[in-house]
Amino acid sequence: MPRVLLVEDDPFVREGVQLGLRRRGHEVRAAETGEDGLAALAEFRPDLLLLDLMLPGMTGVQVCRQVREHSQLPIIMLTARGDDFDVVIGLEAGADDYIVKPARPEVIDARIRAVLRRMDDGSTGRPAIEVYGDLTIDRVGLTVSKAGRLLTLAPSELRLLLHLSAAPEQVFSRQQLLENVWEHTFHADGRLVDACVARLRGKIENEVGSPRYVQTLRGFGYRFGPL
Amino acid sequence: MITVPRPGRPRSCGRDDQDGAGSAVSTRGRSRARAFGLRARLLAAFLLVAVVSAGTTSALTYREARNALLKTAQDTAVSTFRDQVQRTGWGLPVQEEGLEEVLRDLARTGKPRPWVVFAEYGTLRASSGENPVSTVITPELRRAASADRYGSFERVVKDGVPYLTIGMPTVFRTGPDSVLPTGLVLYAVMRMTDEQVNVDALLVAARNGALPGLAVALVPGLIAARSVLRPVRELRRAARSMGSGRLDTRIPVRGTDELADLADTFNESAGQLERSVGALRDAEARARRFASDVSHELRTPLAGMLAVTEVLDQDADRLDADTAQAVRLVSAETGKLAVLVEDLMEISRFDARAAELNSDEIDVAEAIRKSLQTRHWSNDDRIRAELPTGIRARLDPRRYDIVVANLVGNALRHGGAPVTVRLRTEASSSGTQVLITEVADSGPGIPSASLPHIFDRFYKADAARSRSPGSGLGLAITLENVRLHGGTIRAGNLPGGGAVFTVEIPLRVEEDGG
Repeated sequence: MPRVLLVEDDPFVREGVQLGLRRRGHEVRAAETGEDGLAALAEFRPDLLLLDLMLPGMTGVQVCRQVREHSQLPIIMLTARGDDFDVVIGLEAGADDYIVKPARPEVIDARIRAVLRRMDDGSTGRPAIEVYGDLTIDRVGLTVSKAGRLLTLAPSELRLLLHLSAAPEQVFSRQQLLENVWEHTFHADGRLVDACVARLRGKIENEVGSPRYVQTLRGFGYRFGPL
Repeated sequence: MITVPRPGRPRSCGRDDQDGAGSAVSTRGRSRARAFGLRARLLAAFLLVAVVSAGTTSALTYREARNALLKTAQDTAVSTFRDQVQRTGWGLPVQEEGLEEVLRDLARTGKPRPWVVFAEYGTLRASSGENPVSTVITPELRRAASADRYGSFERVVKDGVPYLTIGMPTVFRTGPDSVLPTGLVLYAVMRMTDEQVNVDALLVAARNGALPGLAVALVPGLIAARSVLRPVRELRRAARSMGSGRLDTRIPVRGTDELADLADTFNESAGQLERSVGALRDAEARARRFASDVSHELRTPLAGMLAVTEVLDQDADRLDADTAQAVRLVSAETGKLAVLVEDLMEISRFDARAAELNSDEIDVAEAIRKSLQTRHWSNDDRIRAELPTGIRARLDPRRYDIVVANLVGNALRHGGAPVTVRLRTEASSSGTQVLITEVADSGPGIPSASLPHIFDRFYKADAARSRSPGSGLGLAITLENVRLHGGTIRAGNLPGGGAVFTVEIPLRVEEDGG
């Protein structure tokens, strides 16, 4: 069962979410502040970080950035605000997905499972290792290296790259990507995709301004290549 | 964004068209070509005064000058004629022969001009001219001439020619103060053409003097009109500017006249209006902020409550009946409260104009199918979908999903099955292509009294049903989402029964944003 570290300052929400997730079989550790959460990471070794955006002291965005500096731990942002601005900031900081509070435990559970699910699409009948230009994608080992150097990709970034590269030159709309990569059954904010693409480009492209691997087709969506 | 399938919205009752068009009445066209505007009236008044004064002055001057001119001429003539008559020795009884010669002498020495002299003595008639009897001497003059020993005169116009006629009786002197008429009466007839020419010249001079005077009178008229009209124009401009929402409009106050008072009053009223509108706006902003703040504040406790509802539901079976019922009630109401708060937040964002459109070009039929599918309506035989393929439009997928889901949910809950979702494109009256999404049900339709309010917040079509499963904001949110797309929504009833909601969104397929 997944080990979830929950960072949430409101005691009532903390207890409620903990209770709800435990009932669904998750092992949950809760921290009150961002500092406490970072301290608990090494000891608890969670599979996933459930991070409130609005925290006293260190904010959720700062925690997210700090975690991303040395780890590709899946991160889901919890936001009490519907303000899109905060969501975008959180996603740019490296979060893989977000949940708007209040949310039912089954929804939180579904998001956690979606983020943790191992990618296995497209691996059958394909060579395990594919090379596109400088980029080497290992679909079995789930690693990506560029010019021989191993890249550290967050789960959502890796999943997006695997999905796009499984069908090179095919255009995917943002809604398709939200469904296929993030498993959002409802129409979610397309900027989740935009933010992830921006982060991915920062890691795999030589020039972010004129991307070679993940290309934008204005009005339609994104595609991998053509190189 | 994670959402749970929303239950349908209560059928409230709707404004047909919320655009608010049609109330604006054009005020243009009135401003130009005003037949009797202030300027025209002022100029007319000035002209009238000028005409009256110039006319009166000219007329008086003309009359005085004319009289003086004519009087001089006739005085001269009368006294000259009297002298001539008195100086001439008349042998009595008057003999016809030689008389004409005498008359011709008299005629030659007429002053200021020669005249024609006529003599009447009993039945004897003689003249210095060709006819023995004058045609211009009136009976009145004859009567006056025989009565007055000093003679009489009369001005006569015959065939357009003015004449001066003088009648002079000849007398015997019977004592120092008494005379007797001899019976011989002499008449002098003199043309007054020269005098007439002079009088005419006078008239022309008077007219020529008056006309430039009138023209000059227009100048102060125009200046006065301008000085009155400028503040009036400013006032009009300011009033129009106020009307278009610029409440800080003020008029410069010049001088201390009535127009300055008017400007002062206008400025004062504008200030008061601006203050009260400002206060109203502040109050409205506070109310909106309050609604938004309340929703925000409610979200945190709701997050905790909603997280444990599942635990409550699962464990309710193991509790005694009353407790289980209470627990289920709390759980169910928590869910509704969460939907309500979510909807309130959404409405607050629209009110604060913070709602954004994140458009993508999408296959509309596909989007509707997905909306139905995610709410487990795709295999529901209460719903029929008539969705032609190949219609693409730039829409915000999340917002369009809310529109479709709210309308279908609303139809299922308050209308009657089957519910039909139709999609088509049409050229609007302005020639642009619009996307039309229609949701019709087979229920009893919307009462006509409710139609104007159907998109109002928390409007309940049925007053007796105090609570409905939805938040009461569904159709209001639908309306706002459609508007955000630049579209319109209207509610109506089908001729054969059943309500129909029609959403029209302009089709925009141009590309922007990735």
